[in-house]
Amino acid sequence: MKVLKDLYYTEDHEWLKVEGDEAYIGLADYAQDQLGDIVYVELPEIDDEYEKEEAFSAVESVKAAADVYMPVDGKIVEVNEELLDDPGLLNQDPYENWIVKIEIADKSQLDDLMTSEEYEKFLDEEV
Amino acid sequence: MVAKKTPLYDEHVKLGGKIVDYAGWFLPVQYEGLIPEHEAVRNAAGLFDVSHMGEIVVKGEDALAYLQYLTTNDIASIETDQIIYTMMCYPDGGVVDDFLVYKYADDEYLLVVNAANTDKDFKWMIDNKKDFNIIIENISDQIGEVAIQGPKSEKILQKLTDTDLSKIKPFHFDRKVNISGVECMVSRTGYTGEDGFEIYTSKDDIVKIWNAILEAGKDEGIKPAGLGCRDTLRFEATMPLYGNEISKDITPLEGGLKFAVKLDKEEDFIGKEALKKQWEEGLTRKVVGFEMIERGIPREGYEVYKDGKKIGHVTTGYMSPTLKKSIGNALIDINEAEIGNEIDIMIRKKPVKAKIVSRKFLK
Repeated sequence: MKVLKDLYYTEDHEWLKVEGDEAYIGLADYAQDQLGDIVYVELPEIDDEYEKEEAFSAVESVKAAADVYMPVDGKIVEVNEELLDDPGLLNQDPYENWIVKIEIADKSQLDDLMTSEEYEKFLDEEV
Repeated sequence: MVAKKTPLYDEHVKLGGKIVDYAGWFLPVQYEGLIPEHEAVRNAAGLFDVSHMGEIVVKGEDALAYLQYLTTNDIASIETDQIIYTMMCYPDGGVVDDFLVYKYADDEYLLVVNAANTDKDFKWMIDNKKDFNIIIENISDQIGEVAIQGPKSEKILQKLTDTDLSKIKPFHFDRKVNISGVECMVSRTGYTGEDGFEIYTSKDDIVKIWNAILEAGKDEGIKPAGLGCRDTLRFEATMPLYGNEISKDITPLEGGLKFAVKLDKEEDFIGKEALKKQWEEGLTRKVVGFEMIERGIPREGYEVYKDGKKIGHVTTGYMSPTLKKSIGNALIDINEAEIGNEIDIMIRKKPVKAKIVSRKFLK
């Protein structure tokens, strides 16, 4: 499984890429591979606020539906509408195709997430 | 209980199958992917391992009388080498299982039942044997079974046998077909809505058959196909799945299977009285088809509402790989079951609009 450097990761296989006070959130390679062909993505509304570990989006393959959880508290500032028409982008390149961009509420919560090295180890050991 | 492996387990692993525990069996949910496998079956051919299915033989001079008493359809209506779809019910009309009956002879029949129900069915059959002069034998562990499904099935399978397969008509079978040197039983049946064959042989020989078919079908675009597309295919083709559209709590009449319940059959059968009563009094709910109007994918178990009132639940739902739209079956209040009626499917706690359509999604 591909793990991109310089991103934060969760145990639910979301990634988070920080840019200043904002961050992009997407699905890690492992998650898209487990789901198989993604045929549907449900996106939140801009300005919606979510707490850490709250489901903000859903991603579905033919067989299964999976919630996508917030890695940290934050407010939605952008959604990737391309995914509505072409959900398979998440399979093709899960790191290029982010799901939402958020404004991070509390940057200290980043310390609770895994680094790419830690996530690689997590994949090896736990999954 | 640890899940069992079918004789084809090693082949699934070699082919990169994603193995899951299904009904107590380790089986591939997909190999390359659900959608390409689904499309292969609709457009060319797919090969399924269905060795997990249960096989139960009924023989003896009362075999027919017993099956007439045990099941809902009219078993007397088929000839030798013919197959009929039927169900056995509880006295209250709930379904024990749905299955195919193969007529070997006037006094010998084969029942091919759902894997998850095999032990339950066998026990039910023994418990209801009464004084019928028959022997009931569960031979599931001796049999391997594969299904080749799709428009190119006959062309592919014909390469491996001298038997003229075009002579095997739908819902008929031939007990002695030599495929690649192995004696098999071949029936023109399946669970996908496409033409195709189900092939039965000993569990030791099934690996040879599996590999021979995949090889013979290469140029025609055959793909090994997993459980994932088995469900989307049967659902699109209006075929019920036990536990979803019919169950111990959903009668065949509610499930839309009246064609297989012969209420006017001369003989009494288990559940007849209850089903007759239900039919005469009128159904209070039934399984309908629906199509999403707003965005969302319906899933089994999601609740169905109308004007804020719960009217039923989704029995099967998918983003249909063939039609590329979100469709489903739901068991709902009969008063809301009219085609065109708008309903709400509760998806992640939010009502999402849908409308009732015919269950014959493929037309």
